[in-house]
Amino acid sequence: MKLDSMYQEIILDHYRNPHGKGLRDGDAEVHHVNPTCGDEITLRVRLDGSTVADISYESQGCSISQASASVLNDLVVGKTVGEGQLIQEAFLELMQSKGQGEGDEEVLEDAVAFAGVSKYPARVKCALLSWMAWKDATAQALAQHPAVND
Amino acid sequence: MTIDSGSARALTGPLAEAQEFGDSLRKDFPILQRVLHDGKPLVYLDNAATSQKPRQVLDALNAYYERHNANVHRGVHVLAEEATALYEGARDKVAAFINAPSRDEVIFTKNASESLNLVANMLGWADEPYKVDADAEIVITEMEHHSNIVPWQLLSQRTGAKLKWFGLTDEGRLDLSNLDELINEKTKIVSFTLVSNLMGTVNPVEAIVRRAQAVGALVLIDASQAAPHMVLDVQALEADFVAFTGHKMLAPTGIGVLWGRQELLEDLPPFLGGGEMIETVTMGSSTYAPAPHKFEAGTPPIAQAVGLGAAIDYLSAIGMERIAAHEHAITEYAVERLLEIPDLRIIGPRSAVDRGAAISFVLGDIHPHDVGQVLDEQGIAVRVGHHCARPVCLRYGIPATTRASFYLYSTPADVDALVDGLHHVRNFFG
Repeated sequence: MKLDSMYQEIILDHYRNPHGKGLRDGDAEVHHVNPTCGDEITLRVRLDGSTVADISYESQGCSISQASASVLNDLVVGKTVGEGQLIQEAFLELMQSKGQGEGDEEVLEDAVAFAGVSKYPARVKCALLSWMAWKDATAQALAQHPAVND
Repeated sequence: MTIDSGSARALTGPLAEAQEFGDSLRKDFPILQRVLHDGKPLVYLDNAATSQKPRQVLDALNAYYERHNANVHRGVHVLAEEATALYEGARDKVAAFINAPSRDEVIFTKNASESLNLVANMLGWADEPYKVDADAEIVITEMEHHSNIVPWQLLSQRTGAKLKWFGLTDEGRLDLSNLDELINEKTKIVSFTLVSNLMGTVNPVEAIVRRAQAVGALVLIDASQAAPHMVLDVQALEADFVAFTGHKMLAPTGIGVLWGRQELLEDLPPFLGGGEMIETVTMGSSTYAPAPHKFEAGTPPIAQAVGLGAAIDYLSAIGMERIAAHEHAITEYAVERLLEIPDLRIIGPRSAVDRGAAISFVLGDIHPHDVGQVLDEQGIAVRVGHHCARPVCLRYGIPATTRASFYLYSTPADVDALVDGLHHVRNFFG
């Protein structure tokens, strides 16, 4: 059934039990909204040198946007900023693949479950909301600490 | 359409009649025959966003382009005269449909948003006594569509006028407890919706109009969610302006209407300048055509107006009272059946009294996007989100709603399909 390709069990698990949810200390905070549906996220990034020490967030939205934020936290916390950016770019490419991409499981791990979402143009923005917020917050955190930007 | 719903009740009395009525019209709407996904018949419950079009309207559009297409009010050739007669004939049909005292009070626009913006701009550029300036107040309501909020915010920002609004009760009605305070001697314009696009609430026009008249304020009524569904009589409403759009009432997109009282249209300044709206033009200055042409600069949406005329013919042949009664029966049944679903909360009136055929709800903590997606898989089209009325969502502390909205071709079987679909949604995310 087509619907199962969007609502993979992994996605529903992350939706029901989101990882890292809640706001904690951070170096930068951003607030992103999806004006078409009202999904919102407030996201903070804390860096430790060049390592992403924490991604914390408060959000409201559909299962896809909630699960996506949870997967972001899983994948990127503990990585270097550079590694995180590569993962973010790989996820963006998968979401823009219009249902054609499968995603590299080595890089994206649980996030390959979102491949089915890329078939639904209205939902791609939901999946990308937290990732775009992370990209924005990270750029702001780096701007405050130019020394670690290497 | 047969009733294939597992939970469907045996239909009797008014519901059986409603089923028969809806079924009898569906043959006119080719799109309603569509089958989606794995053989699921389309259940179209997004009528408050836009209506489907009957064959009669599609045929009128085709006939216009195949036989009569020309620009209007220009040229003396046969096609130009035919196109003009069709376009102006559509104006006559609209005037009769809304019981306008004069056809010259009917202005064609591209949609209701343009109609509302037109009034805001007329008043922004007007002289006394209509002029909206820093001493003036504008009154709207918290249940307006964004198209009846933002034009007034713009006018307020540009003139310094104060923007005020009626709040909402927990039941989804206008809170009129501060009516006399909100609408006062400073009020220049009161603009409000006749029927809420999100909650379906039908508003008490008379109380608001009486107060506005007492203080000399103009009244603009947004009838976008009313004109398709009920008898709309601009004289009975006693408003100064009434705005609505064609595409929600079986007509094509790209055609809207602003009705205004003749003496106001004579006094108020034009907004858009261009061809069609002038009397004479020199390089120094121009004089303007009388209304309605004064407010119709440029080549108008001719085919779309003709389509609106055909839609009005279709609706009038059935009768707006008959349509309203049908939708009331469907809405009553839908409210009753939706409230059977555990965790379902209706945002707006929880009865069919003084309410239209749009019903918004939230289903437990399942996000409306997810509700809409799982319903779509079953062939059921609903709207999800804030419905261009975000302040209503803020008022009730919810991010968004799912909205089912009915029309003349809706049936009790559609309601049963929706209810079964929502049970499936609950199981899916449960």
